[in-house]
Amino acid sequence: MAQHDNGDLTAAAGSAIEKSEPLQVSSGTAVVSADAIANPGLPPHRERVTDIDPAKERQAARRVSTLFLLSILGSVFAVVAYIIFPIVPGDPGSVRLNTLFLGLGITLGLIPLGIGAIYWAKHLMRGDEITEQRHSTRGTEATRAKAVEVFRLGNEESGFGRRTLIRNTLIGALAVTPLPAIALFRDLAPAEDPVKLYKTTLWEKGTRLARDPSGTPIRAADVTLGSVFHVIPEGLHDVEGVLEEKAKAAVLLMRLKPEDLNELPERADWSYQGIVAYSKICTHVGCPVALYEQHTHHLLCPCHQSTFDVTNHCEVIFGPAKRPLPQLPIAVDSEGYLVAQSDFLEPVGPSFWERSA
Amino acid sequence: MAKKTSTSVHRTKAAGRRHPLASVALILVGLVTTGGAYAMFSTTATAETAAVTQATVEEGQALFAANCATCHGMNAEGTDDGPSLYGVGAASVDFQVSTGRMPMAFQGPQAAKKPAQFGEEQINAMAAYVASLAPGPAIPDDVYLQGDGDLAAGGELFRINCAMCHNVAGAGGALTEGKYAPPLDGVKPVHIYEAMITGPQNMPVFNDMNITPEEKADIISYLTYLEENPSPGGFGLGNLGPVSEGLFIWIFGLGAVVAFTVWIAARAN
Repeated sequence: MAQHDNGDLTAAAGSAIEKSEPLQVSSGTAVVSADAIANPGLPPHRERVTDIDPAKERQAARRVSTLFLLSILGSVFAVVAYIIFPIVPGDPGSVRLNTLFLGLGITLGLIPLGIGAIYWAKHLMRGDEITEQRHSTRGTEATRAKAVEVFRLGNEESGFGRRTLIRNTLIGALAVTPLPAIALFRDLAPAEDPVKLYKTTLWEKGTRLARDPSGTPIRAADVTLGSVFHVIPEGLHDVEGVLEEKAKAAVLLMRLKPEDLNELPERADWSYQGIVAYSKICTHVGCPVALYEQHTHHLLCPCHQSTFDVTNHCEVIFGPAKRPLPQLPIAVDSEGYLVAQSDFLEPVGPSFWERSA
Repeated sequence: MAKKTSTSVHRTKAAGRRHPLASVALILVGLVTTGGAYAMFSTTATAETAAVTQATVEEGQALFAANCATCHGMNAEGTDDGPSLYGVGAASVDFQVSTGRMPMAFQGPQAAKKPAQFGEEQINAMAAYVASLAPGPAIPDDVYLQGDGDLAAGGELFRINCAMCHNVAGAGGALTEGKYAPPLDGVKPVHIYEAMITGPQNMPVFNDMNITPEEKADIISYLTYLEENPSPGGFGLGNLGPVSEGLFIWIFGLGAVVAFTVWIAARAN
């Protein structure tokens, strides 16, 4: 039986609950050192102020009930606030007031409730320290025998062991139940080889470069020096899966002074009078790279600060990206509109396993 | 005629009701007066601008020579320290000087916003001088600065063209090597427009063929709306997204949790 640690022999709090006695277990092969530190037991019980001074006890009781009253007030305030600060459609300010006061009311309803309960337990409920031993995991012999008996009776009464046809069909039915889930979740996998999808975009020979979001085509003359255009392929809005296609085909169009461009010989005809088009999808993890500085000609990715140098075919000059941004070869059609010469010549966006370079 | 009028007045008094043509006459008088006054004032205004221009350009040239020529050259042709100003237009001068970015306090990665160093008249004079050198974007028309455009369209255009640098809520953000996109709250609509059309410093140009003047007005309306309407989600914490919000919840939220835990586990006195 649990006892007060101060030697008081009156029943301690919780001592009416039946407890199993600790099982004496052998320490097995473990070496028990002779000078092991002995269990010091609980520290001596210390009386609280509220145990000694009745005035303090009354004060603590008042505090707890005040906290509970405050909680009632808070809950009532939440209801009142919800009514007197209604959400007016079209006025974001009203949403703000409504949520602010409703939240304050509910907070006031919950926090003092919790604080009050803990304060009550800490200061007013009996505060004796007691020791309780763990139950042993193994049941008594009688309990174990009873359990076996229950199983035997169950088998006998249901006929589970005797009626083998029922039993086997039940097991079969349970085994087949998960099959629909397999058929269902199988379709979450890509229906076709995704690598093919990574390697192509909506751009093809003759596709006009169009403004995002209006989709109107861009004339070469519209792109003045220092301009930046956010570009989508013309007709993007008419295809199926607009967002997937846009995520691959998004392009940034810039015009630099032609003498500032340091073009590779094999890409000399990919630009038009200083107008260059690069994929907007970062080669690191695919964020849209669109922070263009018109004097330094740096393109910065906002996610991880990869910086690309537009004058030098968008090579990486800072940050975690490993490859330059893919360039879209552009030309001008007979009406003066900018068109793509072909699709990107390498996959856009971050690397994937099957990518060779 | 005069006799007739006096009779009608007399008759009105006597009968206690107006002549049937009195209201027509009154409207006529009103229209002629306002129309005439409008015509008079508007013609004088035009005449004034036209007359002042030449003098303004000369005043602007003097101001330019005294304050800007050190970096931009005596004829605004540009030097190693500052770009040429041919073709930047009046809009560019108005933006740079009205927001205090020019004259620059010191050579650095980016000219910062500071109190304007010149009055409106002086700025207009310098703008007129620079605009007289070569054609460039003019100071925008008030029609586009009213903030009464299409908010949804403006929001979409802002997110596509501006938000990557200036933040989706216009709170600004960092660029490379000490440069930054400034926050947009408190910026006058005319300066937002001028910045789009001239591309100050490292900001790219968004000309009228890329974003039409009406679309620019939509963007300005969206920014005005953002500024005038409180954030429905409560405190914006600078609208910097996960950075400031995360910092707040890690310090104050988790701090409160730790403090409560310590209090719960502490022995009562």
